[in-house]
Amino acid sequence: MDIVRNPKIDWLGKKWYFIGVSAFFGLLSALSLLVGEGLNLGVDFTGGTLVYVKFMEAPDLKRIRSTLGRADLGAQEVTRFDEPSANEVQIRMARVETAEAEDLGAKSQAVFDALRAEFGDEAHDPQGLDLNNVSSHGLSSWLQERDPEGLQSNLSISEFEEHYSALAARVADHRTSQSGIIADYSDLDGLGLPDSVLSALREDSILGSFTVISVESVGPKVGNELRERAQSAIFFSLLGMLIYIAFRFRPIYGVAAIIALFHDVFLTLGFFSVSGKEISLTVLAALLTLVGYSINDTIVVFDRVRENLKLMRREKISVIINTSINQTLNRTIMTSGMTFLAVFALYMLGGEALSGFALALVAGIIVGTYSSVAIASPIVLWWQNFSEKRKLKARA
Amino acid sequence: MNKKLRYRLILIALVVLVSSFMLYKEKINLGLDLQGGIHLVLQVQTEDALEAEVDQARERWENDLREREVSFTETKVVDQTVEIIGVPQDSRDVVETYLDGFVPSWNYKSRARQGKLDFSIQMNPAYRKTLAATSVRQAREIISRRIDQYGVVEPTITVYGSGDIPDQIIVELPGVEDFERVKNLIKNTARLELKVTHPDRALRGPFLSREAALQAFNNSLPDDLEILLYRDRDSTSQQDSYMVVRKAAAITGQHLKNAKRSQDPYTGAAEIVFYLNSEGVQRFSDTTGRNVGNQLAIVLDDVIQSAPNINERIDTESARITGSFTPEQAQDLALVLRSGALPAKMSFLEERSVGPSLGRDSIVRGVYASILGVTLVVLGMLIVYRLSGVNAIICLILNMLILLGVLAYFRATLTLPGIAGVILTIGMAVDANILIFERIKEELRLGKTVRAAVDAGFGRVFSTILDTNITTLVAALFLFQFGTGPVRGFAVTLAVGLVANIFTATFVSRTIFSWALQSREVSRLSI
Repeated sequence: MDIVRNPKIDWLGKKWYFIGVSAFFGLLSALSLLVGEGLNLGVDFTGGTLVYVKFMEAPDLKRIRSTLGRADLGAQEVTRFDEPSANEVQIRMARVETAEAEDLGAKSQAVFDALRAEFGDEAHDPQGLDLNNVSSHGLSSWLQERDPEGLQSNLSISEFEEHYSALAARVADHRTSQSGIIADYSDLDGLGLPDSVLSALREDSILGSFTVISVESVGPKVGNELRERAQSAIFFSLLGMLIYIAFRFRPIYGVAAIIALFHDVFLTLGFFSVSGKEISLTVLAALLTLVGYSINDTIVVFDRVRENLKLMRREKISVIINTSINQTLNRTIMTSGMTFLAVFALYMLGGEALSGFALALVAGIIVGTYSSVAIASPIVLWWQNFSEKRKLKARA
Repeated sequence: MNKKLRYRLILIALVVLVSSFMLYKEKINLGLDLQGGIHLVLQVQTEDALEAEVDQARERWENDLREREVSFTETKVVDQTVEIIGVPQDSRDVVETYLDGFVPSWNYKSRARQGKLDFSIQMNPAYRKTLAATSVRQAREIISRRIDQYGVVEPTITVYGSGDIPDQIIVELPGVEDFERVKNLIKNTARLELKVTHPDRALRGPFLSREAALQAFNNSLPDDLEILLYRDRDSTSQQDSYMVVRKAAAITGQHLKNAKRSQDPYTGAAEIVFYLNSEGVQRFSDTTGRNVGNQLAIVLDDVIQSAPNINERIDTESARITGSFTPEQAQDLALVLRSGALPAKMSFLEERSVGPSLGRDSIVRGVYASILGVTLVVLGMLIVYRLSGVNAIICLILNMLILLGVLAYFRATLTLPGIAGVILTIGMAVDANILIFERIKEELRLGKTVRAAVDAGFGRVFSTILDTNITTLVAALFLFQFGTGPVRGFAVTLAVGLVANIFTATFVSRTIFSWALQSREVSRLSI
């Protein structure tokens, strides 16, 4: 099956359209990055605290915002996270000012306390055991303290501890499988817990209406370091690729490929800047992946140009490049299509954790394929023409 | 079957076997972003350890010089430099001979002033560096001992840092939930010291405030004394007060043999019993013998926990720390005492706690997404390349098998960025096959026979595959060299995947074609 049969498209003849399109989007990216809001760097890079809270029922963002505002915790953003049905909220707080700050995590506790005061069930003792927030270990100690089965005198201390730890682990595992929230005590019925334990839980514990599922707290030092190291890592890997391509092909091919890469990363960053999507560590990984795809695509075209330069000695360079792009067009469409399918699946099904990643890749595959044709090839053409003219001049 | 083909098939079977065996024997650890747990980055305050070293040196020199009957006005520490002030000129040789014993770790200078000599002794920069590095290493060991005793399955504790001395410790605890407890366990310096109080009852305290204590000494506290917070839980007032004690500890955590939680037989309150080693017992006996009538302060991280009276010389190997501890606190405190004191203070640079449900959700989602993605790719390849598509799929499976096998062998941890590397590998593996197939099709269109077209296709595309993969490999190596954790995770899976890719695309795929085409003269290729 051929996707395009024997294409004869004059790609280079359209180079000004391509350059126009790239210039337009480049300008848009530059404007957004420099004049507009700029990149929305995640706490991984800026430092700060992220708290993920899952609610039993649909969370009221306004109420959460005003609660946190009253508590003066420097909460910057309260947003829904993941699918609406997951009832998850992401709370982002400003960076910790000093590197020596004793307790980066104290803020998450403060958030928890503030939310609990607002959303907690007034009828219950706020100090009581909250089954949706206690750790497996905490639940085990609680059970040991109460000893609902009355085993203390029958078992040795370690057997006693083990017994209740196992029960607590069963509850905690079940809670994990319920995505972190036990909505009703009847959920626990199928776990084979002794009746005495069940009734102790029913009577003396509460099912909190929310749970803190994840806390990320990054000091500014780590963020800065990560940013700097990532920058130098990317810089040196670009340099390494440039040298390798220059060595295997010709210097201008290396330069052209790297310029095309810059183009891709710049436009993708512009896309993130315009859409306001957060740049997290996973997005960084996606950008690196994008670089890999893009360079791969460019080299495939260049490789064909290298081959055709030997086969079609008399032809003009523009014809050779056009032919090469056309000859690899089926492959380009197939590869981009296949990877696009896979990444699109990731975007649709991967959930919030992967969506930024997948989005960067979706954008990157489109831009990466385009840039091999639209950016890298015209640069090579332009340079070859330029150097030939210079040679002619030198001869004359 | 010809010989060459047989060897090729045997080699492939061998690779499959070894990879499967690795994968079966070792398991791939999932990163915290995938399975939940705690990730901490700690900064070791190495200056802290250096200051302690300088203090100890000062004390040792002071005592040693006294023993050598050298007189001096005072010794003090200024900016991590020990100064011995007012040594008579005729003791110069004795002091210099003595201090020569500490060169080259320490360098000294002397200066004549008012007919006497002042010595200033400073740490050699190289020695400073060694000490700092040692303190980081010790901290790492102690933290891992504490984590082990706490009972975490497969923790990773690594030293990391970009300065000339790596001074950050990364602690990763998969599956652990008790965030605050673990943090306390790690951060607790657990510096246990027994210090003798000031002999004069009027001067030792307890005072109600630090200022009051200082006033008792006319606002100039001698250099060998210090004022410590006394958190008295036994007395009725339960009010914080301050006591004056000797700076030099009679007994430190080094003299500890063991520590465990116990219970006060009368009140039932949780307490900690610690046991001294033989040197500790000796020192305990000496100290109590020399200080009858005084008090012995039990100091934990610069806070006095209790200060029992010394009524007689005590020859014992165990002592108790009482206070208002919960059973869990007592348990943890005994644990950290057992594991030894941290050589320096720690601060947290980064803390992450991923709930198990969040990690689980990302895995489930990721798995669904991957299944759908792979199914789509497989279907696409089969539709477009028909039977040859099967070849591509075998290569892809083999590629993944090798990649996972190698990761398992190196016990690598798979994180989200690592999965990004896997995705890029899959993309490039599929691309390599597409390149080959498209080229074979081209050659077929030129009228070549099937076998000639396959040979030509592989021959021509070989350099393309090599160049694309090596270029990306170069990038991956640099990313690994210069990047940090997540970037490295990406680079590792990518690098391994690319090498596997070169093997499957140029060797395995070709072998399958040769095998399929070997027996009969095929006139049409399903491609």
